[in-house]
Amino acid sequence: MNALAIFRIAARALFRNKGRSLLTALGIIIGIAAVIAVVAVGQGAAVTMQTQISSMGNNLAMVFPGSMHMGGFRGGAGTRHTLTADDGEAILRESPYAVAVTPVVRSGAQVIYRENDWATSIQGVGVSYPEVRSWSMKEGDFFTESEVRSGSRVGVLGATVAEQLFAGEDPVGKSIRIRNMSFRVLGVLARKGSAAWGQDQDDMIVIPWTTARRVLENSPFSHVNQLLISLTSMDDLPQAREDISNILRQRHRLAAGADDDFTVTDMTEVTQMITQVSSLMSMLLTVIASISLIVGGIGIMNIMLVSVTERTREIGLRMAVGARRRDILMQFVVEAITLAGAGGILGIILGIVVAKGVAGANNWPVVVSPGAVLLALSFSAGIGIFFGFYPAWRASRLNPIESLRHE
Amino acid sequence: MLIRLQQISKTYRVGEIDIPALRAIDLEIARGEFLAIMGASGSGKSTLLNLLGCLDRPTGGTYELDGQEISRLSGDALAHIRNRKIGFVFQNFNLLTRTTALENVELPLYYGPWLSTSAKQKKATELLVRLGLGDRLHHHPSQLSGGQQQRVAIARALVNEPPLILADEPTGNLDSRSGDEIMALFHELNAAGITLIMVTHEPDIAGHAHRIIHMKDGAVL
Ligand SMILES: Nc1ncnc2c1ncn2[C@@H]1O[C@H](COP(=O)(O)OP(=O)(O)OP(=O)(O)O)[C@@H](O)[C@H]1O
Ligand SMILES: [Mg+2]
Repeated sequence: MNALAIFRIAARALFRNKGRSLLTALGIIIGIAAVIAVVAVGQGAAVTMQTQISSMGNNLAMVFPGSMHMGGFRGGAGTRHTLTADDGEAILRESPYAVAVTPVVRSGAQVIYRENDWATSIQGVGVSYPEVRSWSMKEGDFFTESEVRSGSRVGVLGATVAEQLFAGEDPVGKSIRIRNMSFRVLGVLARKGSAAWGQDQDDMIVIPWTTARRVLENSPFSHVNQLLISLTSMDDLPQAREDISNILRQRHRLAAGADDDFTVTDMTEVTQMITQVSSLMSMLLTVIASISLIVGGIGIMNIMLVSVTERTREIGLRMAVGARRRDILMQFVVEAITLAGAGGILGIILGIVVAKGVAGANNWPVVVSPGAVLLALSFSAGIGIFFGFYPAWRASRLNPIESLRHE
Repeated sequence: MLIRLQQISKTYRVGEIDIPALRAIDLEIARGEFLAIMGASGSGKSTLLNLLGCLDRPTGGTYELDGQEISRLSGDALAHIRNRKIGFVFQNFNLLTRTTALENVELPLYYGPWLSTSAKQKKATELLVRLGLGDRLHHHPSQLSGGQQQRVAIARALVNEPPLILADEPTGNLDSRSGDEIMALFHELNAAGITLIMVTHEPDIAGHAHRIIHMKDGAVL
């Protein structure tokens, strides 16, 4: 008997008991759907995270004031006045790994244009900011070195702010008011989208850091909240961090053995943490899915045993007209594979639907890898073989005479 | 000789007790014969027919079918012989329910040499038409009368063109008119050269055969 004929007979036998077949396959359907959904959402989330993290900037390293101690920020990183824009200049000058550096002075304010107002964050930065964050201009220009040196009241708007304040009007050249001071809008940044943690990166205004510190904050100091450093390559990260640390320790005249009064960090730590959490989640779901698959397999075995009993006379008849034991064995194994395989296919479809739903709610892409689909299919077929073999073997061992007499 | 039985015995063992169902049977059946086996219930008629049909092996003696000694053949070899050389007709028809007459007749073809789907259908259709069921090809057994069901079963037995047909009380579930129709069909097949062996309780059915043997307590009288 050829394979196609066996498959057709199996498919027909299963189709005769549609409801029962579907219920039997449910365990497989759920198990496979869970695996497919987890893998698809997981890979989609990973891709999103990668793009979001690379959207943070070009091979980005960050320096905060204050030290990271015993895994946490001691005294609150960013609150101390230990980091200056000159530190950034020095890193750019002395470290071969630094390509561009910008200080960041963070602030926030209500911004007003005519009758429109909008509360947003104000970032005081240097001229290298667009390069460091690989962020292009949508229109207009970024401010210049001389505007930074003189602390000019100029600014560049994030796309969200431009929309909120100007609602379609061209902002370039217009005057906006920040804390009752007039600022001239030089340009608008291209839209960047939300960051890995969901914050809208376009909801901000960038102004020269000097302006932010001296004019907005009315402070005589030149300390900054953060230095953003663009490195030559992420591969150089360990040496680059070492190098930056040494430069800063020297500049801050820290004695050997004293704690750093700054923290150098980068996105790989964030990535690692998120990866860890998500791989733990997928492991958990994989365990649940495996249990579901095993339960589904046992269900298939059970229904196949019932089916063999119900069809004892059919088996006897097939033997009487020339079926060999292995023909009967094959027929029932193929039936189990077909049942599990159909469950697998339905599970894949259900899994993709679920993944699309979950991903759609979170704005993630869904990555359904052909590898995962293939694996799911062969796995469900494997379940069919494993759990279908015993009932099929029982069928093949039946005595034809007794089977033909079976009621 | 198509069939030669020498000292064939069959003993069933149930627990500690031996039940001799067949005792040292010697029997020869020529090609083209139409033979009826009669005897009381439990005399071993079905047991003998099952041995002749290669569904079972004897516990003693030799069985030669079509020049081939078969009492020691493997299960697969017996299946092959059943497929090519023997057609079975049962008292209760043994048709697959929820399967059309055509598909029932095609069944033995699945276990024979490869044939295309259309070739299988053609063969089965021709046979059913010959047996007067041309308008019942796609009916399920439950939609057919007893006589029609038995004719489908006979078509199934014939589809691989075997030289031998074995029938265990083929008219047992039929009224006398349908029984006569089946007998007329058997005469036709026999005239075409097929050897027929039939177990029956009914003397007038047995009367259709050319030779009648009687069994008692596992022996041929
Ligand atoms: N599988 C079996 N196990 C044990 N004993 C059996 C088995 N099959 C048949 N027998 C016994 O063998 C003997 C012959 O049985 P068989 O079925 O051949 O009788 P029969 O002549 O066909 O009877 P009937 O006319 O009622 O069909 C009986 O005594 C029966 O009980
Ligand atoms: Mg009997």
